[in-house]
Amino acid sequence: MQHIVIIGATSAMAEHCARLWVQAAPVHLTLVGRDEARTRRVADDLRVRSPQSDVHVMTSDFVDAAAIQHTVNTIVAQAPVDVVLIAHGVLSDQTTCQDDVLACDAALQVNGVSPVLFAEAFAKPMVAANHGTIAIIGSVAGDRGRKTNYVYGAAKGLVSRYAQGMQHRLAHTNVKVVLIKPGPTDTPMTSDLKAKGQKMASVEQVAQDIVKGIAAGKPVVYTPGIWQIIMLVVMHLPRFVFNKLNI
Amino acid sequence: MKPVSAWGRLSRDLHDVQVLTDRTHVAPVLAAHQPGLAFGNGRSYGDVCLNPNGNLWHTTGLNKLIAFDEATGRLVCEAGVLLRDIQRLFVPRGWMLPVTPGTQLITVGGAIANDVHGKNHHAVGSFGDHVLRLTLARTSGEVLQLDWTSAPDMMSATVGGMGLTGVVVTAELLLRRVSSPWLRTETLPYQGLSEFFELADASEHDWEHTVSWIDCLAGQTARGIFMRANHMTAQEAATMPSLKAALAAQQRKMQSKPLSMPFVPPISLVNGLSLKPFNMAYYQLQKMKRGFDVAHYEPFSYPLDNLQDWNRMYGPRGFYQYQSVVPREVGQPAVQAMLDAIAASGEGSFLAVLKTFGNREAKGMLSFPQPGVTLALDFPNRGERTLKLLDRLDVIVREAKGRLYMAKDARMSRDLFEAGYPRLSEFTAHRDAGISSAMSRRLMEF
Repeated sequence: MQHIVIIGATSAMAEHCARLWVQAAPVHLTLVGRDEARTRRVADDLRVRSPQSDVHVMTSDFVDAAAIQHTVNTIVAQAPVDVVLIAHGVLSDQTTCQDDVLACDAALQVNGVSPVLFAEAFAKPMVAANHGTIAIIGSVAGDRGRKTNYVYGAAKGLVSRYAQGMQHRLAHTNVKVVLIKPGPTDTPMTSDLKAKGQKMASVEQVAQDIVKGIAAGKPVVYTPGIWQIIMLVVMHLPRFVFNKLNI
Repeated sequence: MKPVSAWGRLSRDLHDVQVLTDRTHVAPVLAAHQPGLAFGNGRSYGDVCLNPNGNLWHTTGLNKLIAFDEATGRLVCEAGVLLRDIQRLFVPRGWMLPVTPGTQLITVGGAIANDVHGKNHHAVGSFGDHVLRLTLARTSGEVLQLDWTSAPDMMSATVGGMGLTGVVVTAELLLRRVSSPWLRTETLPYQGLSEFFELADASEHDWEHTVSWIDCLAGQTARGIFMRANHMTAQEAATMPSLKAALAAQQRKMQSKPLSMPFVPPISLVNGLSLKPFNMAYYQLQKMKRGFDVAHYEPFSYPLDNLQDWNRMYGPRGFYQYQSVVPREVGQPAVQAMLDAIAASGEGSFLAVLKTFGNREAKGMLSFPQPGVTLALDFPNRGERTLKLLDRLDVIVREAKGRLYMAKDARMSRDLFEAGYPRLSEFTAHRDAGISSAMSRRLMEF
């Protein structure tokens, strides 16, 4: 059985990826979450879907570097890892982050620093084994800073750049790094946007793209695919046009 | 605030949406955002799922399975799980939901709140007959654990209770065993209602699924197509080698994206010009299929699920569904009178479905199914003309001592509602004071 590790397993995207994985074949899953009860509920759901799968639950602090290292060591000691999906994040409120440096710090830590520390900690044993895939969920918000969410965007930009560097470093190994950039997706994290009526991709569709991208080892996965084109345009808008946009 | 429509697309009012995602944290959300109403996958047609300018609690985020017992078929799950997800997961494992309506794109909570029925009502009853337990969150902040022994009244009020007694958070359902996804079907063209009733009666014992389509434009000589089906066992299916390839093809279809009605046409595509040729073509095509066949349960049971957003076909003004049930004793004249009224009005229905219900009372105080015959119709919304026709149909239903299906209604009168649902006052005592819908305000005190 494949050993798949999910960091931030209670995120809707991660949960739907896990559903697709267990549906395809029984797997050994390690679900890592901050909240034990919520992570257990995800695990119970997956066990009903796939009684043959072996589903484990772990809790961990997500911002303390020592705790991250300890969590990764524990997981790797149990069984070699084939795939790790680093999926946690919080859609921080831009205005709050502007007004409160502490909130800004927390948002940057959990959305930016934490995922790359997990990626780095998993890379070491994977490189030693010369096997495995590290998938990190970034965001289209990381492609260009915008006034409405540049704190979140900057954290995701850090993830993008970090993944890019790791891909360069590991290009000649069997360890793959997959950077996933979802557009706005209908998940609990975006329920406020949904309540305002924003059109969003379904989490099932996004999860399918993620699982396919990971299986193919694609370096960058935009999901839904249309966002690759949208962001290409957004990134190349001249500043005098961009500054007029209320996005 | 967000615009929300029901499946009939008759309105598009703003709602204050709260997304429920954590089953241990439903009651506090209700308590903080009330009065409100639960909203599942939005497949009911009229205003039973709407609460214009008020709170709407979305339940599709409550989509976790909780436990399954392979020995007994008991499934515990959250109320926002889609019936499709249960079917697709469990049919390959030899289990299936005993009751599903003509779409599987509805939530478990919605199926309970509307006590939905299927083509096998005469054999297995309605959805509520297979619900063993419920967890119900109330706006008072309480969470009730209900079953038929300890809280029979509250169960009866909640099954078919249109979400007005609380929000179903989790449910325990009893699945039934099936050893293959295949149905053996038979298609029989018929002429006139007497022939329909003869076929329905003759099929009641030996066929689990029965349904018929009727051409409501044909007037006195009503012609139709009667379809009946039984589940095939794995052994039977194994004798037909062609089913292997057919199953692979069906599975590919289930993986791929369904066709979609990509936009709302400026006028209804279902109209006076298109109906007659459509009904004629449909009749002739189905007639060619007369005889025995084998069908996968998905295309047989949920034919429209393969055309996403099919409700857009009715154009920007949406459409009315009208489903009645009338007692069997007066069934034939009442149905004939309705068909005549429709033919005389010049309004037509695309998908007219005629089916007999079994001789059993549903468990819910406000459940729709009752012994008799049910006719389901849909009409493009042409304003006054359409409403006038529906009023004429109301008179026939009222006289026949029948009732209308609330999951489809957007306009029946209080009078007809009260006449059709004699257990209403018993139900009212179980309502949650913090829950109210466009329909409940139209038909009840609040």
